[in-house]
Parts: sequence; structure tokens; C-alpha cells
Amino acid sequence: MAIDIKMPALSPTMEEGTLAKWLVKEGDEVKSGDIMAEIETDKATMEFEAVDEGVVAKILVAEGTDGVKVGEVIMQLAGEGEDASAAASAATKDDSPAPEAKADEKKPDAVEDSAHPAQEKVETGARQMFEAARHDAEVSDPAIPAGTEMVKQTLREALRDAMAEEMRADERVFVMGEEVAQYQGAYKVTQGLLDEFGDKRVIDTPITEYGFAGVGTGAAMGGLRPIVEFMTFNFAMQAIDHIINSAAKTNYMSGGQMRCPIVFRGPNGAASRVGAQHSQNYGPWYASVPGLIVIAPYDAADAKGLLKAAIRTQDPVVFLENELLYGRTFEVPKLDDWVLPIGKARIMREGRDVTIVSYSIGVGLALEAADKLAGEGIEAEVVDLRTLRPLDKATVLRSLAKTNRLVVVEEGWPTCSIASEIAAIAMEDGFDDLDAPVLRVTNEDVPLPYAANLEKLALVSADKVIAAVKKVCYR
Amino acid sequence: MAKAPARTQPAGPATPPAADPTKSNRERPADPSPYAASKEELLKFYEDMLLIRRFEEKAGQLYGLGLIGGFCHLYIGQEAVAVGLQSALTDKDSVITGYRDHGHMLLCGIPPKDVMAELTGRQAGISKGKGGSMHMFSVEHKFYGGHGIVGAQVSLGAGLAFSHKYNGDGGVCLAYFGDGAANQGQVYESFNMAELWKLPIIFVIENNQYAMGTSVNRASSEDQLYRRGESFRIPGLQIDGMDVLAARGAAEEALAWVRAGKGPIILEMKTYRYRGHSMSDPAKYRSRDEVQAVRDKSDPIEHVKKLLIDDHGTKEDELKAIEQTIRKQVNEAADFAESTPEPEPAELYTDVLVEKY
Repeated sequence: MAIDIKMPALSPTMEEGTLAKWLVKEGDEVKSGDIMAEIETDKATMEFEAVDEGVVAKILVAEGTDGVKVGEVIMQLAGEGEDASAAASAATKDDSPAPEAKADEKKPDAVEDSAHPAQEKVETGARQMFEAARHDAEVSDPAIPAGTEMVKQTLREALRDAMAEEMRADERVFVMGEEVAQYQGAYKVTQGLLDEFGDKRVIDTPITEYGFAGVGTGAAMGGLRPIVEFMTFNFAMQAIDHIINSAAKTNYMSGGQMRCPIVFRGPNGAASRVGAQHSQNYGPWYASVPGLIVIAPYDAADAKGLLKAAIRTQDPVVFLENELLYGRTFEVPKLDDWVLPIGKARIMREGRDVTIVSYSIGVGLALEAADKLAGEGIEAEVVDLRTLRPLDKATVLRSLAKTNRLVVVEEGWPTCSIASEIAAIAMEDGFDDLDAPVLRVTNEDVPLPYAANLEKLALVSADKVIAAVKKVCYR
Repeated sequence: MAKAPARTQPAGPATPPAADPTKSNRERPADPSPYAASKEELLKFYEDMLLIRRFEEKAGQLYGLGLIGGFCHLYIGQEAVAVGLQSALTDKDSVITGYRDHGHMLLCGIPPKDVMAELTGRQAGISKGKGGSMHMFSVEHKFYGGHGIVGAQVSLGAGLAFSHKYNGDGGVCLAYFGDGAANQGQVYESFNMAELWKLPIIFVIENNQYAMGTSVNRASSEDQLYRRGESFRIPGLQIDGMDVLAARGAAEEALAWVRAGKGPIILEMKTYRYRGHSMSDPAKYRSRDEVQAVRDKSDPIEHVKKLLIDDHGTKEDELKAIEQTIRKQVNEAADFAESTPEPEPAELYTDVLVEKY
């Protein structure tokens, strides 16, 4: 029986990729560990190794093919003692390459693409959030001039362009962090920067978060404009002393004479199945600190416009990205200098019945919930906070005054959260506008578990948002 | 000379045995010679050290009167370190230190009244009264703090050195920290990057023998702190920090090393503080005799005074005149710091952020 070899996933969120190159041809014998092909995504290139032994019976996807779906059968391997040509002709008859169609077939014990067995369609909590992040804003950003051409770009590319543009414009701007230069970024956000700007301005650091956060902060005190990348914000806990004690407090402690213009950026929040130590939202932590600017964008246009603003401001900025969103494609305005104001929330969708406030990846869930709720006759207004500090209270309160109901969606813990803060603001400044208690829809109050089913239970979801909205609407 | 704890070597440039495995055959800085100061230079050292001592004594007095609050760490006894080192700097160079910072600031040219008014928490203080003793800065004088977190100034100093190198301005960062901070992890993270990137920085370990109440050899497995850079290939020199000429000589050697692009260097300055760790420290961990012995035998100011009188024929009157000028200056600073107003209540909300959003 021929063994189907399927397009592998290079990451939990990868959906398709390019089959860049075949390193074997039909008739070749392969054994486990042989490199059979090179697979590419916008983020990475990876060698695809054989797990099974056998003879290449049939190559089904030609090299250079783009948009090959994860799980699609790309070649067939004749097992030991099997006639490769017979296997190939058998394969030709079967012209349904979709993995679903093969799912019921009895297979030998051989494990096709066993490197990524669970990543095809496992319903994880992270995948739900990732899927929901397809949702674009329904109201266009008023900051974009009418008639502006929009281009499709991944969030990763938008961040890279923001840094590159600011580095071109200001010699003082440089980027440092682990794997930012030669490796082109652990998540490929700094791809291409080393080539353009050289190793003076794109600097690989040792694994030494506390130290390089301090070096970056000191360089900012010395007049430079550092962008410090943390591979993830989980690792920035080792550096939080410099972010808070050295960067955030300096201007105040010096009576306004010593600036610290620095951007600390990197992915924040839950990724997919990476467990508790790699899955935490630090938004509420940093947003509680006076002296810091905290930004957490949802889509690529905001990521670009706000990162440029973050690099330019004279205040220290914590810029919280989301790994699950890096590969997502959004519309970005094609403008020479797209810079957004810090501290301004955005209405993503207009509605009259309830306000859903969120930020970062939660915005996708809020938009998805709003879509579904519209089908049941509830029109939700979705507000993306974009900046967590300073918080745009006015936009939240205006929307509350319009809808009289408020739900806050946050991919993070409930206790002392941004959601708690929004609830407090509504109590203090919007009490008379409230027709129902403010509800928080957050992750469960537990460290994030690894098991797919538990992870799904722990994370926020559109269904949880819908339930909360119905509750405040008394439906 | 400070009374050395049992396991330490006497201060002064140590000559390690030839077979010392920590000494590789790579290039090392020469053992520095004591600086050959002219009479004018010696007078200046005397004046600077005396200014720090009188300033600190006055600060201690104001603390006792309740005019200075919180933590207040005095530099008395350690004056020769900062005076010797900073006398060798040029205006391209930057200085950063921890919370025992008053003396370093005065040497950067910051007026005593600006510092004293900060200690009393007044609007006219260098940080508008919002920083206090441990948090003072002057970008104008290239003094970058004044940091309250033990060891933070070492990474920040490496960052200042990074900016000197990035800008190609020829400056060197002088980053001071104590024997206590020398055990912080970020110090070694900074050593690693500083040598890796050949940053222009002099790491100055002010070893005053006690990290608050813990003596060096109760806290440090390698108590010869000048060796702490060896595994990063950073050379270190151990210097008598009670001798201003030794300190200045070490600064000359260290600056030459760093300015030649050879990367960082460590200076362990063996010194001693006469007062407690802070004003609220009763210093029960050492005997009064120990302190008195250092004051009697190794006082850095008396040392220079003796040189001036014995070797340069300086008259007592001349030194008295300096003393009087300094006392006047310090008294004026104190009077100013007591009488100048506190910050306006509205200052509470200023300077949190630079820009408006």
C-alpha cells in the first residue's frame, strides 16, 4: 500500500505554504531522516524529512507551487517490497488529494507527516482565536484619508516595515534582541533588517534579557532610540525591573530632564499549546505603571501605524504583539508615512444594543461574536482599545452612553485585568448610562494548561462573548 | 589603609604570581603607577575631597534635624575614589552610579545647592524634589544617576557606553557599583556584552568592605573582586581607593585601555565608609575601633594634606582658607535647601510622560 505524504505544518497556525523545492525524484529510494523537500512560508523555510522508508512512487505537487494546503497529499511513497510503479498508478486513479477523503482509509502503521500529527485541524482554543482574527473592522479607520489605496499585508510584514521606515528616517533608531539579526527574527518580524541596516543597527544579543533591557534603556538615556525585541514577553519578566524602575520612572524622578525613548516589543499572550510559562498576557501588568505607554494592536494597519508612533515618541513604550496574529493578512493603507495617534481607541463595528470592548487578539473574537449576534437581532458595537495606557476612556464611555450595556473581552486573566479597569471606569464615570452590570469575558483564572481540550476551556471564545452579551441584554 | 578582612589581600596594585591560571597570555593593562600630581592638582584634589566630606557631614546633620527624609547614603571615607577617577575624565565622558551618589554629582560640576535642595525635597532641587537622595540626574553634566536598584546602573552604564560607541563620540562611561552590587546577576550579563561588543566602559567596583551589614567575604565566593571579569576576558586592577593618587593613576591606565578600543576594564577600588550604610544604619556589624583605625591611618584627605604640607611646602593657612571657602559654600547650600520652597502641588502630575496623548 502506498504511503501518502502530506504537506506538513511548520507552526500550529500555518494553513498553507509553498513547496519550494523537491530534493528527491520519482524512483528514488528514501530512508527516514532523508530530506525530501523544502517548504516555505512567509515566516520560515524548513526542510521536510522522510519518516518512512520506501521508494518515491509519485510526486503530486510540483516544486514552486504556492498555496499548498497543510494536509494535502504531496507525494506517495511505495513501501518496502512494493512496486513503485504499481503504487503510482494506483495513486493516479485516486484523484482526491484532500486529507479528509483519506481519513477513513486503512493505513499501515506508518505515520504520515508524523512530525505534525495533531496540527491539521485540532480544535484548540488558540485556533479559535486565530480563526476569529480573520475578521476585519467593518468601520474604516477615520484616520485613513478617503480614497487611500489599501494593500494586503501580514501583521509581521507591517511591523517590519514600521521599523524599517523609522530606521531610514532616524539614524538613532536601532533594534536589538535575541536572534533579530542573522536568524532574521525568531518569529521573522525583523526579516531583512540586517541586510538593509547592517550589524551596527540590527544587533543580536546573548540570551540575557535583564542585561540587554538595561543596555537598551541606558542607550536611550544616552540619546539613542532603541527598539528592544523580546522573543516573547514571558521572558521580559527577567527584565521588568529595567522596564519599570529604569525606563518608566526616569523622566519623573529627574524632574523631566532625562528622557528614556525606548520601545520594548515582542509577542504577548497565549500562543498555541505552549503551556503556562509561555502563555501570559502582560497588558494589565504594564498598563498599571505610570510613566509607560502600553500599546496592544489587533490588525496590521494599527500595528504599523502605532509602532511608528511608538518609535517616535519620547516616552518609553511597551508594545505588545500577538504571535497568533503575525501571519494574518489585513488591509494596510498605502501611505508614505502611516502614523496613528497613541491613546486613541477605534470603533471597529457600529451597533446600538451593546458595547463590546477588547484589544489585541480579543478584537477578532468580539467581531466574530458581533457577527453571530447580528443574526439574532443584537447589534453590538465593538471598540478596540489599541492603547492600554493611556486608556481612551472617552471613546468607551461614549459608546456606553449609546448602548447602555458593556462587555469586556480580554485574552488574559480576570483578576486585576484591563477588563476590571474598564468595569471600574464604567462604574465611576458611566454609572447612569448602565442598564446592566458590566461583564468581563476573560481566560479562566488558571495557569494555561497544555492539553488541547483544557487549553480550549481556559481561553476566551466567541461563544463566551455571545453568552455574556445575551446576559447583559437580558436575552 | 582599610583594615582588611581576613581573606583579602592588602589594597594596592596586586602583583599576581606568574603561574596564576586566571592570567592568560593575552594583553593586559600595565599595573598603574600613582599619579604624579602637581601642587595645583593636589590642592584641587584636597578641595574636591573636602567639599564632598563637608557636604556629606552637613547632609547627615540635616537628616538628623528631619530636613532630609527617607534613605540617605553618605560617601564619607570614600572620597579619594571618585575624586581620583573623575579628575581624569573629559567632558565627552559619562558617569553613572548607584544611590551613594552625592559626591559623584558634585564632581560632575553640579552645584552643591542643587543637590542639597533635592535632598530636602524642594522645587529648586535638581529633580524638582521628585527624586530624592537616590534618584538624581543631570544630562547637562553627563551624570546619568543616581539609581536606587542595586546593580541596575551597571547595565544602564553599558547602555551609555553603547551610545558612546554608536555615536562615535569618543566618550567613555564610568560606571560605579559597590561590592554588594558585584554579586548581582545583571552585572555579569553586562560584563559579557561589554566585552563582546568592546564597549567603552570602566566598571568601578567601590569595595567599601560591607554590603550594608554583610562583609565581602561573607557574601562573595571570590572576594578578590577585580578578578570577577576574568571569565569574560575583562582585565581587572585592584587599587588602593584611600589614595587619590593611586585612584587617578588607575584612571589614566584604564582610560588609555578603553580609549584604545580594547574594551572594558574593571577597577576594584579598596575603600571604606566611615558612616553606616545609610543614615538609619547603626553599623553594629563592625567595631568602633575598626572604623577609628581607618580614620587614623588611612584617611584620604589627611593623606593629601600631609603631602601638600610635607612635599609641597603648603602653609596651614592656605589649607584653612580652602576649608573656610568650602564651609561657606556648604552652609549656603544648606541654608538654600532649608529655605527654598517645596514643589507646588501641581508638580505632582508633571513629568510623568514627556508628550501629550
